Amino acid sequence: MTEFLAMLADADFWVAVLRIATPLIFGTLGVLLCERAGVLNLGIEGIMVAGAFTGWLAVYLGGTLWFGVGVAALSGALLGVLHAFLVVRLPLSQHVAGLGITLFATSLSYYAYRVTFPKVESPPKIVSFAEMSWLPLPVLSQQTPLTLLALLLVPTLWYVLYRTPLGLAIRAVGENPHAVESQGIDVMRLRTAAIVAGSALMGVGGAFLTLAAFNSFFFNMVNGRGWICVALIVFASWRPGKALAGALLFAFFDAAQLRLQQSGGGVLPYQLYLMLPYVLSIVALILVARKAAYPQALMRPYVKGSR
Amino acid sequence: MACHLPYVWCAKRTLCLCQQTTLMRLEPRTSISPLATASAGLGAIAFTLVVCALLILWANADVFTAYGAIFTGAFGSRFAITETLTRATPLIFTGLAAAVAFRARLYNIGAEGQLYVGAIVAVAASMWMTNEAGELGLPVALAFPLMIAAGALAGALLLLIPTLLKTAFKVDEVVTTLLLNFIALLFVSMLLDGPMKDPTAMGWPQSPTLLADLEFSKLMRRARVHSGLLFASVISVVLWCVLSFTRFGLALRAVGASPRGAAFAGISVNATLIKVALISGALAGLAGVGEVAGRTGYVTLDMSPGYGYSGIVIAMLAGLNPLGVVLAAVFVGAAIVGADAMSRVVNVPTYIADVIVATALIAVLVSGLLTQYKVKWR
Repeated sequence: MTEFLAMLADADFWVAVLRIATPLIFGTLGVLLCERAGVLNLGIEGIMVAGAFTGWLAVYLGGTLWFGVGVAALSGALLGVLHAFLVVRLPLSQHVAGLGITLFATSLSYYAYRVTFPKVESPPKIVSFAEMSWLPLPVLSQQTPLTLLALLLVPTLWYVLYRTPLGLAIRAVGENPHAVESQGIDVMRLRTAAIVAGSALMGVGGAFLTLAAFNSFFFNMVNGRGWICVALIVFASWRPGKALAGALLFAFFDAAQLRLQQSGGGVLPYQLYLMLPYVLSIVALILVARKAAYPQALMRPYVKGSR
Repeated sequence: MACHLPYVWCAKRTLCLCQQTTLMRLEPRTSISPLATASAGLGAIAFTLVVCALLILWANADVFTAYGAIFTGAFGSRFAITETLTRATPLIFTGLAAAVAFRARLYNIGAEGQLYVGAIVAVAASMWMTNEAGELGLPVALAFPLMIAAGALAGALLLLIPTLLKTAFKVDEVVTTLLLNFIALLFVSMLLDGPMKDPTAMGWPQSPTLLADLEFSKLMRRARVHSGLLFASVISVVLWCVLSFTRFGLALRAVGASPRGAAFAGISVNATLIKVALISGALAGLAGVGEVAGRTGYVTLDMSPGYGYSGIVIAMLAGLNPLGVVLAAVFVGAAIVGADAMSRVVNVPTYIADVIVATALIAVLVSGLLTQYKVKWR
């Protein structure tokens, strides 16, 4: 117990929590945008890989770090266009199209990495984002600007969704697309826009891994973070504030299991600690499932003129 | 038409984002001609070949040499064909697991975890049935089916958890099955570090080897292809018959087409989903049993290069038809084996196999849709 309290009092622990949470915040907000517009995007895992790779490659080839972030967002957006074409323009199964995008984006990124660097023993490095030591805030000063961006995105997205007509339209199109259509709004365009914007955020989430958390690209570096975001959004009941809370909570358990593993090593197998965040995610899903307010039109393809 | 809802404030004027300007519209076709279906299939193949040809060009390789090397690497010799079929065996099982579940719209994305659990339980069963002398303590005729049943049951039970959560608490199974993959893999990793560690494996996390009596017999000499292939093919025919000709198959398809409609027709949706989950999980578990008893003999953490996830792709390529799954699995197996062989000849990374499969999936999905709908341009 005292050990646990000591961990909570340690600033380094909270630095780690925020660092683990950052890609999840980007990803969860991206999923939120897509699902609020009524579209499941299981492409997130692959989009994060693509963002991580393209962002890193842009910087490696001489671009600035923020240019890399832009490239990652762009590659995410392009994959979003593809997903939107498949599930919005053509009423394909959103599960399958999303998994297809994940496979496509992941394999294409790995292929591109191997084509660009045919024979490298250790992964090439870049100079990643520096900590914001100029900030006079305790934990935040040890984070990179991307974390700040993620935190700022939460109120921004909240404002857009709940305080602008555009946000109202996005929320409505996920609940009742026919009603939105009757207002003279093109459902398909609106959904496409939401998917593209959401996918861009996922791409940036991936880029955080290569441009801030680490300084090179590895295979399997996304390692299920995208799927976690899909779970977090149910837990967050599709609200930006709760999405932040969910990402922080997941990161808290992930950081805590790392600590426990180091301090209590040998008592229990380390795999049990690694399992903890996944098990807790499922438990959280069970707890919120009964009152989960799924967007009513989620996963329902919209075919014009049909009921 | 006036735009009422979405506009973005942009200095002093409002910018209209989403006025209705429909470019294309889909109309359902009244009849689907076989000619259209065939040309859609050919179109999908052509599209895949062109996209991947561009990628091969990017790697500075000759396209025809590379494609030729993939083909001969997959089908060019007796060895190549047996390797492709060996690779296809677990893919048939996971493909069937996905096909039967997706037919009922039970989105089982956890076949990877179910495969590992099935494999480790098969080895555990073999260890449990070993007597002190290190031999099989039971007659083979009893022990062999017992091992297979144990592995299948393990996979089924792993999928039963998220399915019961779905039927009882309405927890979305997509997320829970995905998360259970990680949990299952960590669980297997824990066993390989603990009670099921092979003491002779020099510290490498690896399970003890299965008893030789329990191994699947090889189909040919000097080749790895094993009787799991026949087993998988028979199951795919049986599954096709069950889906097409039985009451349960009809109930399954009804639940997939419309759960509400099925309930109105007096079908218990939850009971059907649970049965489907047991079948799907068992099939994925069998993929693991087949790998461990037919190919490797022991469990390691890199035993499956994503067979569970590939199963979903295979099921979709096959249009969720169990018989088509066999063909699709051979195609995916050929892509993997062929690309492996090709990368030794031409300087193209093996990841091209996954790109081929992913592109083919997207192309098949789109072309399949176009046979059902007419596109009207404006």
